[in-house]
Formats: sequence, C-alpha cells, structure tokens
Amino acid sequence: MANSVSIRDLSLSFGAVTVLKDLNLDIHDGEFIVLLGSSGCGKSTLLNCIAGLLEPTEGQIFIKDRNVTWEEPKDRGIGMVFQSYALYPQMSVEKNLSFGLQVAKVPKAEIDKRVARASEILQIGPLLKRKPAELSGGQRQRVAIGRALVRDVDVFLFDEPLSNLDAKLRSELRVEIKRLHQQLKNTMIYVTHDQIEALTLADRIAIMKSGVIQQLDDPIVIYNKPKNLFVAGFIGSPSMNFLSGEIVEEGGRAAFRTHGTSFSLEGYQTSEPLKAGRKVVLGVRPEHIAVDSDIMHSEVHEAIVDIEEPMGADNLLWLNHAGHLMSVRIGGARRYSPGAKVRMAFDMSMASLFDAETEDRI
Amino acid sequence: MANSSALQSATSGPDALSGRLGSGPSGRKPRRMLSRRNIILYGLLGLAALYYLLPLYVMIVTSMKGMPEIRLGNIFSPPVEITFEPWAKAWSSACTGLNCDGLSRGFWNSVRILVPSVAVSIAVASVSGYALANWRFKGSNVFFSILIVGAFIPYQVMIYPIVILLRELGIYGTLTGLVIVHTIFGMPILTLLFRNYFTSLPEELFKAARIDGAGFWQIYFRIMLPMALPIFVVAMILQVTGIWNDFLFGVVFTRPDSYPMTVQLNNIVNSVQGVKEYNVNMAATLLTGAVPLIVYFVSGRLFVRGIAAGAVKG
Repeated sequence: MANSVSIRDLSLSFGAVTVLKDLNLDIHDGEFIVLLGSSGCGKSTLLNCIAGLLEPTEGQIFIKDRNVTWEEPKDRGIGMVFQSYALYPQMSVEKNLSFGLQVAKVPKAEIDKRVARASEILQIGPLLKRKPAELSGGQRQRVAIGRALVRDVDVFLFDEPLSNLDAKLRSELRVEIKRLHQQLKNTMIYVTHDQIEALTLADRIAIMKSGVIQQLDDPIVIYNKPKNLFVAGFIGSPSMNFLSGEIVEEGGRAAFRTHGTSFSLEGYQTSEPLKAGRKVVLGVRPEHIAVDSDIMHSEVHEAIVDIEEPMGADNLLWLNHAGHLMSVRIGGARRYSPGAKVRMAFDMSMASLFDAETEDRI
Repeated sequence: MANSSALQSATSGPDALSGRLGSGPSGRKPRRMLSRRNIILYGLLGLAALYYLLPLYVMIVTSMKGMPEIRLGNIFSPPVEITFEPWAKAWSSACTGLNCDGLSRGFWNSVRILVPSVAVSIAVASVSGYALANWRFKGSNVFFSILIVGAFIPYQVMIYPIVILLRELGIYGTLTGLVIVHTIFGMPILTLLFRNYFTSLPEELFKAARIDGAGFWQIYFRIMLPMALPIFVVAMILQVTGIWNDFLFGVVFTRPDSYPMTVQLNNIVNSVQGVKEYNVNMAATLLTGAVPLIVYFVSGRLFVRGIAAGAVKG
C-alpha cells in the first residue's frame, strides 16, 4: 500500500527539552491513525510538525511521497481540526468555510460548490448564515471539520477534536467522524488522550510516551498483546491487574509465583523459554478473571470481595487475594456483598507476562 | 408496592411541616433602606463625589460670571448674570505673547498633532504587538524586553538627545517632529498593550488561519483586527488623552506659532500683564480639557472592558 504520510527520524527540542526523539512513522493511504498518550507525551507536537505549524529540529516529513519538511502549512495538502474549534468569531459559518479558498483565490463558483458539498455532508446547511457564537459545541466542531473538508485535502489532522464536548455529544460525533472517514476514505491522523476514542476510531493506534512511539498496532492487538508494561497499564479501563513475582517450575511446567501462591502458566503463548527464577510481572485484564460459575479451569484460587462497583451492564468486583487487590469484571446481574468468599481463576491465554527489568512483553 | 412506598417517603417531608406552613419568614429577606451600613456607604460615596465635583463646579460657575461679580469673592455662588463672553474671548481673542487670537490657534495645532500621532502610533504598535505575540522571531524576546525598559526611562533624560536628532534631521520645531516624538514615546506601552491582547486570543485561531493559507497581513487584517476592537479603543483613549494633555514635548519641540493647546493655555493663564481675568482662564481651561473629557464619556464603557480583557488574560 502506498504511504500517505511518512516521518523519518523526526526530532524536536525546545532548548534543552526534547519533545520528540528520532521518531519514525509510516501512515498508509486512507488509514485512520490515532496518536494516543497522556498530556506532554508529544502527540500534539508531532501533529503540529506534520501540519507545518512547528519546525522539527531534525528529520523529514513526507506527504504523498513529497518532502514537505520545509513547506508552508497551506502547501502540504492538510486540513486541521482543533480542540477549541478555532472558528473565526467575526465571520459567519459560510465565511469560515470559504476563507481558506478565498485566500487561495479559488473562483467563486467553485467555492460555492465546495461549501455546499461540505455543508451537505456535515448537515450544517441551515447554519451557514449564523456566527460561531450562535452555535452549540457540537455544531461548532462540525463547522471546524467542514473547514478542513472544503479544502479538498489529502490528510485530515484532528487535535483532540472532541475533548471540549460533553459525554453524550462526544460519542455522537465520534460515530460521525468514523462515518466521515468511511465515506471520504482520506488519511486521518487523530490525536487524543481518550482511549475509548482511540480504540473505536483507529485502524492503527500509536501509543506515545515521552516523545517515543511505544507501540503501533491494531487496536485489538494493542489491547490484547501490549508490547510493554506502559502500554498495558495505559489501555483498558479499569486498568489491567499487575502482579509482581517470578517464574518457577512446578511438575515440569512453568508457573508464576507471587506471595506464596502459584499460578500455572499453561495456555500462555510465547516464543521465549520461560526460565525458572526470572523476575516477571503478570498482567491480567479484569474480564479475563473468571469468578465462581464462569470458571472453566481446573486451577482455582480463593479470594474475598472487598468492594463492589455496579455499572449497569457490568459489575466490577475488587477482590482481595493474599493481600493483593484485583479488579474483576462480571455480568451486571451478578451481585456480591463485601466480605463474600469467591473462587477465581485466570485465563492465561489472554494474560500478559512482562520482564520485571526491561518491562517488555515476554 | 415498592413504588408507592417510595412515593410516600418522598412526600413525607413537607407533610411533617404542614402545620408550620404559611407563617414565619418566607421569600426574600426584607432590608431597611436607612440602615447604618447604607448611611456610611452612601455618605462616603457622596463625600468622595463632592470632593471631585466641587472644583469643577467652581470653574464652570466662575467662567460664566463677569469680572465685577468675581471680585465680590463668593466663589461658590452661582452667577447672577450668565455671560458667555469669557468663553468667546478665551477661544478667539485672548492674548499670548504677541498674537491675540485666543486658544483656537492652539486647538487646531493640537488637532494637527493629535490625529497623525494617534493614527501612526496605534498602527505601528498594533502590528508590532501582533508580530510579537504570534510570529515569534529570533530575538523577539530580547526586542520586547528592550522596548519595555524603554517605557521606564524618564523623558527628561531623552529630551536633549532628541532635540539634537531632530535638528540634524531638519525637522526641529515643526509639527512633523513633534508627531514623530509622540509616536516613538507611545510605542512601549502601546506595543505591550497590543501584544498582551493578541497573546490572550486563542493560539489555535492563528494556527487555523495559517492552515487556511493566510499570510502575515491577511491574518492581521482579516482575523486579528476585527477581534481587537476593544483594545484599539483603549489604545486610542490612552493616546488621545496623553498627547492632548502633553505639555513638556509641546513646549520643547515646537515654536510659539505652532504651540499645542496646553502650552497656549499656560501662556494665557500665566501672562503677567494687566488684570487677571479669572473667568477667561477658567473658560480656557475647560475648553482645553473638553477633548479628553468627551473621549472618556463617549467610550468609557469600552475602555473598561478593553482594559479588563487585556489585563486579566494577558
């Protein structure tokens, strides 16, 4: 597949602070890439570099196989949508949409055609004569997307476009952005700190931490096979349960031992040999711990219910096992009272093992 | 059953109070107009207002009296015979030095100084403030610091060098020279004002305009300028009142026939020959102060809003 955006050895530092470090990234044509990370990880900086609003210290940026490292933002074939919408307050919606085209001296008839098309796609036709102040947050963000749309660009850049909206609108617009992508088939690069947005929208997610991409993969792979401890802890809510311990040999088979309890590692898939004595961290997601009637394993451990958090569809149990608190997701209809004794079992085929020292997946 | 019992418990609260409903305090708490707090508050406010308004009252009253009435010495009493002759004299025939055509000459000189000075200084400062806020160039911080330091250097230190400079340029004593001086001296505070205002506008707006392909001037004229109206009003008021009230530069950098109004006022009031015409002096002073006063009255509300916007977010 052809590459739409390629980034080669990109570095950026402000004085002594390095924000991006030797970053490489290839984004395919028509792909929806989400840059995910907590604040200060460099994801917005990377997006601004791609847009041409920030100059990288080193490295190159290619869009459609053209080196645009030194190009002006307008010559890069990109459109950008900002968190604060950034609509021009004194202009009507129509003027907001057509401003870029006017600046580029596009003929009037062509401007009208493109504005009409964008307003039809985004259903903002009735709002064209209004000022941004007269629009709701969701409408404003739609206009902001429209502004990128009319410019007929190759690549859409989204900088946390939904963060200023309330929860309900956010999920509505999320679906709309996904539909827009299916319809337009443009390359889209989307920055967010919201993992739900990342998991639902992305073809591939790039998880970033301190200016370095930790893992670039399908959302499902990132969720199920996190490459290191950081990714494992970052993705998933509630967070993955982590147990520190070591590998031991029991009856000729590898097992994981912590706080005097052993868990058989049968079913765990790895190419590396599991040598006894290796210090590791075992990670299990809340939905991969079976409780009572769900258990289909032979190896069963006992635990005590500490706290119950009913969430409607799901019920979240905090189990105390040998002094360790673990979150477990069970069906919303199954209720437990605090202090109840339960049996639990880990689904090792879905668990993750990390080296305690390098924090990488084994 | 469960539902109906929940309903009952929800209404049981008011039921318990039903005996006490209708009597006792209800609604807004009444307040006495003549409380001690109000008396002190309005008394102090009235006193402060009086303190500022009394001199103005005396000036207006005196300017409308004839000299015989003034000589009676009752400065607070209203005029028995209202006359506007002192105003007319102050405007068109009061004497300063050699010429006796009143303040009108100074007024038009001041206007000729004011209009270009205000226009040029605001135009230059708004563009530099915009550049400093949005187009960070190499050394922009150093440049800005130097500019700010410039605002703290006393004028007196710079007068002599500027006189020499203007002399060498051949514009010493002309209105052009004074306009240039006013423009330069307005620069630090105005640039600071505009820079802070433009920094307070969301940066993403500027980024969006750049993505849209607008250049330096397009962003300035089409995006920034329409949003900067309040700060333009503030800058205008600062400059109009500042330049209109200026005395020092006017006296140093112009010649008698191009003296601004303030300098001329001083010459009228301080002339030592003949009788002191208090009514003419008062009228002349009020005429000179009219321009800044009108500016304040017309745009005071915008002024406060602009200052607040610049100060809080800047």
